[in-house]
Amino acid sequence: MKERDDAAGSQRVNGAPMPKIIFIEHDGTRHTVEAEIGTTVMETALRNDIGGIVAECGGSCTCATCLVHVDETWSPIVGPPSPEEEDMLDSAFEVKPTSRLSCQIKVTAALDGLIVHTPAYQGR
Amino acid sequence: MNETIKTDVVIIGAGPVGLFAVFELGLLDIKAHLVDILDKVGGQCAELYPEKPIYDIPGIPYITGQGLTQALMEQIKPFKPTFHLGEMVTTVEKTGEAAFRVGTDTGKIFECKAVVIAAGGGSFQPKRPPIDGIEAYEEKSVFYAVRKMEHFRDKRLLVVGGGDSALDWTLNLQPIARRLTLVHRRNEFRGAPDSVNKMRALVAAGGMDLKIGQVTALEGSNGMLAAATVKGNDGSLSRVECDAMLPFFGLTMRLGPVAQWGVKMENELIPVDTAAFESNIPGLFAIGDINTYPGKLKLILSGFHEAALMAQKAYRYVYPDKKLVFQYTTSSTSLQKKLGVA
Repeated sequence: MKERDDAAGSQRVNGAPMPKIIFIEHDGTRHTVEAEIGTTVMETALRNDIGGIVAECGGSCTCATCLVHVDETWSPIVGPPSPEEEDMLDSAFEVKPTSRLSCQIKVTAALDGLIVHTPAYQGR
Repeated sequence: MNETIKTDVVIIGAGPVGLFAVFELGLLDIKAHLVDILDKVGGQCAELYPEKPIYDIPGIPYITGQGLTQALMEQIKPFKPTFHLGEMVTTVEKTGEAAFRVGTDTGKIFECKAVVIAAGGGSFQPKRPPIDGIEAYEEKSVFYAVRKMEHFRDKRLLVVGGGDSALDWTLNLQPIARRLTLVHRRNEFRGAPDSVNKMRALVAAGGMDLKIGQVTALEGSNGMLAAATVKGNDGSLSRVECDAMLPFFGLTMRLGPVAQWGVKMENELIPVDTAAFESNIPGLFAIGDINTYPGKLKLILSGFHEAALMAQKAYRYVYPDKKLVFQYTTSSTSLQKKLGVA
């Protein structure tokens, strides 16, 4: 298992610390990265070259290739998918009660420390 | 046998960039046929974001994917392009100076002078469920599309999914199947309410089965299914005997056969020059999201520019003895005649 702290040497924007998101890939590779408030977890993953996120439609909630499994401890804080997102989850695989499309999770200060697991396969 | 279709240019992909290529080629009197694996025009605009907004088309502050597709279809109407939808180009061979032979998966053959690959992210193909060993059953007892309904007569069928494809095929195949089981991960269906009601009525009448859960394993031999394991949302496992499975999880973009055409590729993209957007094979062009060059941006507007420059070079292959005079649609009577406005 590899360990990578991509947020080493934490930067501050306007004095406020940026929320950190921890991505754990299916093989256990762990990335701790900083996320800009207002962006999405999917965008944060792409900017940081996190494995397992395809995001074919670019964040339109129309392809279900940015699926993540939110860590159980964080699932109640992140909340459930919208009806539109729930419909889209039908096109994903190995969907769990904690599964979300990462393009539909907006980064907020409350999500500092969020842990999400990326799947091995997004349908291609 | 199949008749060979002769034309000037074959455009592979009927997304926004492929459609606009018809316009740019048409202004230069170059006729085009378009082939697309989807059963509709518009590419990603139609498949991924028909209702979603696009804000960066020059001069159009806001338009949806479907709106842009319709506008492009209107714009290219004067050039009467021929569409071959629901077909995939499988082969492209250069047969001579400014001569190509293009083949599709339905057996059509085109002979043309230049080929334009406007295939975006590749071809939209069905998502394959991550079930161990599923490849061995594909096209034998696992199918992602129904080509002949008769093939499924008197079989025990497993249809998987919750959208319109899954529901439509459930309703169409149920009368001829020996037994049909629909598997979906939840008890809500996003398909058309009328189809959902019909399906539920069949289940209530005992005409078919509905199982809530996800298929996790397959059993069978020599590519022929015997049973599938369905894991319920409570973790319970059940075994469903079946002769065929039809999974419907939507589409995903895969590069497809492009890689086999001998064209140089880098990271699944086609490197092109920025004067004509031509690949390493003269007369074989690549425009839109599928090409790469220094500074490339995957934007529809970049693809439009690429189409315009491509057409200038394609003209030389189609009309090697003619001189091309650059003209504006605003002032040229000849161009306006082609557009049907003069």
